[in-house]
Amino acid sequence: MDTLLKILWELHPDINFTEDTRLLEEGGLDSFDIVTLVSEIEDAFGAVIRAQDLIPENFQTPKTLLALIRRLRED
Amino acid sequence: MKNILEYLEQTVRRSPYKIAVTDGESGMTFREIYDQARAIGSWLHKAGISGKSVAVLLGRQPKTIAAFLGAIYAGSYYVPLDTEMPPYRIKQILASLEPGALICDEKTGDLAKDLACERHVVSYDQAAFGVIREEDLARIRQRQLDIDPIYVVFTSGSTGVPKGVVGCHRSVIDYIEELAPVLKCDEETVFGNQTPLFFDACLKEILPTMKYGACMYLIPRHLFSFPVRLVEYLNRNRINTLCWVVSALTMVSAAGTFERIRPRFLRTVAFASEVFPIRHLKAWQRAAPGARFLNFYGPTETTGICCYYEVDRVFADNETLPIGGPFPNTEILLLDPEGRPVEPGQQGEIYIRGTRLTLGYYREPERNDQVFVQNPLNSLYPEKVYRTGDLAKYNDRGELVFLSRTDDQIKHMGHRIELGEIEAAANGQPGVESACCVYDAEKKRLTLFYTGKAEPWLLGGKLKERLPKYMMPQNLQRMKEMPRTANGKVDRAGLKQLALRLGRKGD
Repeated sequence: MDTLLKILWELHPDINFTEDTRLLEEGGLDSFDIVTLVSEIEDAFGAVIRAQDLIPENFQTPKTLLALIRRLRED
Repeated sequence: MKNILEYLEQTVRRSPYKIAVTDGESGMTFREIYDQARAIGSWLHKAGISGKSVAVLLGRQPKTIAAFLGAIYAGSYYVPLDTEMPPYRIKQILASLEPGALICDEKTGDLAKDLACERHVVSYDQAAFGVIREEDLARIRQRQLDIDPIYVVFTSGSTGVPKGVVGCHRSVIDYIEELAPVLKCDEETVFGNQTPLFFDACLKEILPTMKYGACMYLIPRHLFSFPVRLVEYLNRNRINTLCWVVSALTMVSAAGTFERIRPRFLRTVAFASEVFPIRHLKAWQRAAPGARFLNFYGPTETTGICCYYEVDRVFADNETLPIGGPFPNTEILLLDPEGRPVEPGQQGEIYIRGTRLTLGYYREPERNDQVFVQNPLNSLYPEKVYRTGDLAKYNDRGELVFLSRTDDQIKHMGHRIELGEIEAAANGQPGVESACCVYDAEKKRLTLFYTGKAEPWLLGGKLKERLPKYMMPQNLQRMKEMPRTANGKVDRAGLKQLALRLGRKGD
């Protein structure tokens, strides 16, 4: 979780991310951020995020995002 | 035809109750746009604002377009503002503009009052649902000329202050009359708009929609993060025509979206602002075999797209798509630094000639003189051409191929950015002695190198207050000393190499 929060904080230093921050509403994540986020996650976790994973449900909070990353790494 | 409002006026007679613009949930018919725009025009005229600029701070929704047209009905010109731009930058724009009115709604009202003095702030509903004064509108129309301005759009400026480009009826009509047939527009056209309403790019969709009685979907922005949902949206709404920036298209094709879902109704896919990588083009062609693909090129200063190439052959992955040739009634001159035509196959700077030239920059006489220049090939009578700063050459087939810029302007995620504007914002901060911004086009990363005491994270926060999001550097690098070239200039090329190495290190 810490690695993910660090990535998010680097994207938006003005926001105090916790594992329950609502990324799209409170975190202000937009399509620029999501493109960056996806490539940072791939670099940091070695998890490849595919088109079917790019849905709002997976990007609700850092928690849901981490759950996705764990699922992808198990595959 | 001499006034762009005639497009709407002819269509409202044919299809008053058809939905013209919608975000997929709420929409406006041609009649609603027509009535609300005329009411806004009447209100602005009554308030004495005719002839002055009207800033529009409304965000991405159908009534924004009615507000644009309302300003023109008033004999004014509209200035679309990005509601998410830092207030500092909006203030810079308003300071240069001194608008007669600022149209807002319940969502932007507080911001508007913070930006402009109260007497200039107009609520959309107050103006759009007021009285339509037919006689006033008729008198205004009688006086309007086709060289009168209709909009000012602000784009990145290298000195740190955004620059406004002024379009007029005549330039826009010429543009739309030549563009619409290339897009094969008709009343069956359903546009899926991606580009923001605060730039000129959306004219490609707004005005053909008005001219043909077509339909325009303002695709919700969050869908551009979720490609499968985006294609579902295109299919659900039977969207058949796209004019998108390249990065929006590659976002879809890169994610492997087409293995899950394919767009079903596409007829025309046009793309602009950057080079479309061939492997992405091929992915789109396979996903939408019935569609035509058009590569567009053209600067804001000549109203919009002025060259196009319709993909008519198969390209190798390492080839570059040409930008083709100009629309009818537009000429491209390819000239060397002395203003002479280049030899076939040689690189030259693109100069654009034609009615589509805009009126130029707002309150920038010197900058106008630098780029709206006398045609170097004509010494007989006054004739303005636009000097783009874009370098190109003709290939063996006689098609134009874009090569590079003569200055530090870049295209990043579809946005035109002067690196000088980012540097000026950084240089204005305490603790920054010098700054240089470079762009890694492949990784799509902006890196700002600077010297001085400012901590990177603090500087980042300050820059956010000055720059729109798409101009924010992804990487801030504090240097002990700026590398210089032999003649004392900042070594931009060296820093670019350094940024590339820093970017690759994380891989």
